[in-house]
Amino acid sequence: MAEIRNYTLNFGPQHPAAHGVLRLVLELDGEVIQRADPHVGLLHRGTEKLAESKTFIQSLPYMDRLDYVSMMSNEHAYCLAIEKLLGVEVPERAQYIRVMFAEITRILNHLLWIGAHAIDIGAMTVFLYAFREREDLMDCYEAVSGARMHAAYFRPGGVYRDLPDSMPQYTVSKIKNARELAKLNEGRQGSMLDFIDAFTQRFPTYVDEYETLLTDNRIWKQRTVGIGVVSPERARNLGFSGPMLRGSGIEWDLRKKQPYDVYDRMDFDIPVGVNGDCYDRYLVRIEEMRQSNRIVKQCVDWLKKNPGPVITDNFKVAPPSREGMKSNMEELIHHFKLFTEGMHVPEGEAYAAVEHPKGEFGIYLVSDGANKPYRLKIRAPGYAHLAALDEMSRGHMIADVVAIIGTQDIVFGEIDR
Amino acid sequence: MASKMEALKSVVEQVLGDRLVQSTLALDELTIVCKAENIVEVASLLRDHAELSFEQLIDLCGVDYSSYKDQPWDGPRFAVVSHLLSLKHNWRIRLKTFAPEDDFPVVNSVVGVWNSANWFEREAFDLFGIVFDGHPDLRRLLTDYGFVGHPFRKDFPLSGYVEMRYDPTQQRVIYQPVTIEPREITPRIIREETYGG
Repeated sequence: MAEIRNYTLNFGPQHPAAHGVLRLVLELDGEVIQRADPHVGLLHRGTEKLAESKTFIQSLPYMDRLDYVSMMSNEHAYCLAIEKLLGVEVPERAQYIRVMFAEITRILNHLLWIGAHAIDIGAMTVFLYAFREREDLMDCYEAVSGARMHAAYFRPGGVYRDLPDSMPQYTVSKIKNARELAKLNEGRQGSMLDFIDAFTQRFPTYVDEYETLLTDNRIWKQRTVGIGVVSPERARNLGFSGPMLRGSGIEWDLRKKQPYDVYDRMDFDIPVGVNGDCYDRYLVRIEEMRQSNRIVKQCVDWLKKNPGPVITDNFKVAPPSREGMKSNMEELIHHFKLFTEGMHVPEGEAYAAVEHPKGEFGIYLVSDGANKPYRLKIRAPGYAHLAALDEMSRGHMIADVVAIIGTQDIVFGEIDR
Repeated sequence: MASKMEALKSVVEQVLGDRLVQSTLALDELTIVCKAENIVEVASLLRDHAELSFEQLIDLCGVDYSSYKDQPWDGPRFAVVSHLLSLKHNWRIRLKTFAPEDDFPVVNSVVGVWNSANWFEREAFDLFGIVFDGHPDLRRLLTDYGFVGHPFRKDFPLSGYVEMRYDPTQQRVIYQPVTIEPREITPRIIREETYGG
């Protein structure tokens, strides 16, 4: 009898379902996976080392580029860590703006995730639907910071500037006629908060649309139910967090358990899965989108009523106003010192974590009192999840690996750092 | 909150006894230091003791203290810092241990206690050269195949030693010494305590 041997298969790094640059070495017995060995680091840029040679404010835009589908959540953790060491107070309005944008970011992330996950396992339409809503939210990013993705909007001590009074509108061009233009600009007549408010009104129906396409879809269920089951004990031991942990039935959300900014004033629920498979994690994320929408709505209502400062008035941390800088010598000096030398963070170490759309995103900051971090460690949620890919995919078919990568919501910007 | 962390501190001190080298409470975070040889024992106690139950290892990383405060560092150079989380009691702790030798830093692996340590320890080995004794699969993770050196050590230059490019004559990608000069736009400054009032 011929000797039957396992063979190995290279999955990626150019595979479209590898979500970027994952090289996965699969050891197969027929079509069944015996061992999965992810080779990561193809996108390693050494962000942590680069941060050691840059001032605190200079490394902030690097945070956007970690998990490049949930940009502001990364900045949030970074700002919280610096604020913890500095001990600065963040104005209330800034905290609400941050919470609102953190939740907009969560919706953005989950929309991309649902589109990519569905397209990976054979449902094309959801991707197109999800990108329609992403466009509106990207416009909010752009309106507030000038950049559609890499915003650099959250700053230590608050946010860079207040929300704009008017929403930017489309202008006439060769390809847009007046009638189409009027339709596009219809929702953009009021302030930015009105635009977001209108979005929160219509978003629940959009989520219903995705659910009609997927939740009871026979093919979708065949591809996800019972795939990549993780028990609560294993999920804890493997360091899971976020929807991966909640999908396994553990009710844990940092927004509730260790609230930061104004999350303790928000009214929302934590969805929890039962079986710990890909389908439960899908349901958890769908419900999270609805809950995020609720939080955004609450923030919009509060922000409409309460004007105020959006960044701390401590000029050692945040720059003085443009007007003050032009008319006052002392503020000019503050401005100059802040942008040349940067802020000095007191000696010590701090760990700040946020409930990132993918799980617990933490920043461990060691400062020796200089204007640059001594050591910055980024705890990426996807890193712990991908490490468990071997255990999750063992005994499944090759096609199920795609579903498991999809359910983990892998983004290589944060894993490789 | 502060009283909760103080309660945790007293429980940890009582459970660990003389295995604890140091425990400090700062910024509402508890940091404990233990010796490298009994890290596994301490880790198991922290996980299994009912009053502590740190079931999750959230993060583990290496730290190179050799140029801390821009002064020569006395004491062990490499530290392994873990962040633990208890879902049951909703508290965190930072567990720090220093590798006894600077030239060949070795620390016992905690993969057996928390499986999530697997990749975190591989990363610390890759970037700092800290060897984890008892790790099942200690390979490089983030750097290139065949990379030499440990890039996150403080004596490793930011621009590295080698760069790669496509060589048209040999028709393949080659490595060569770096051609760029490292430059620092903003110098690193530590001010004295009362600087600027």
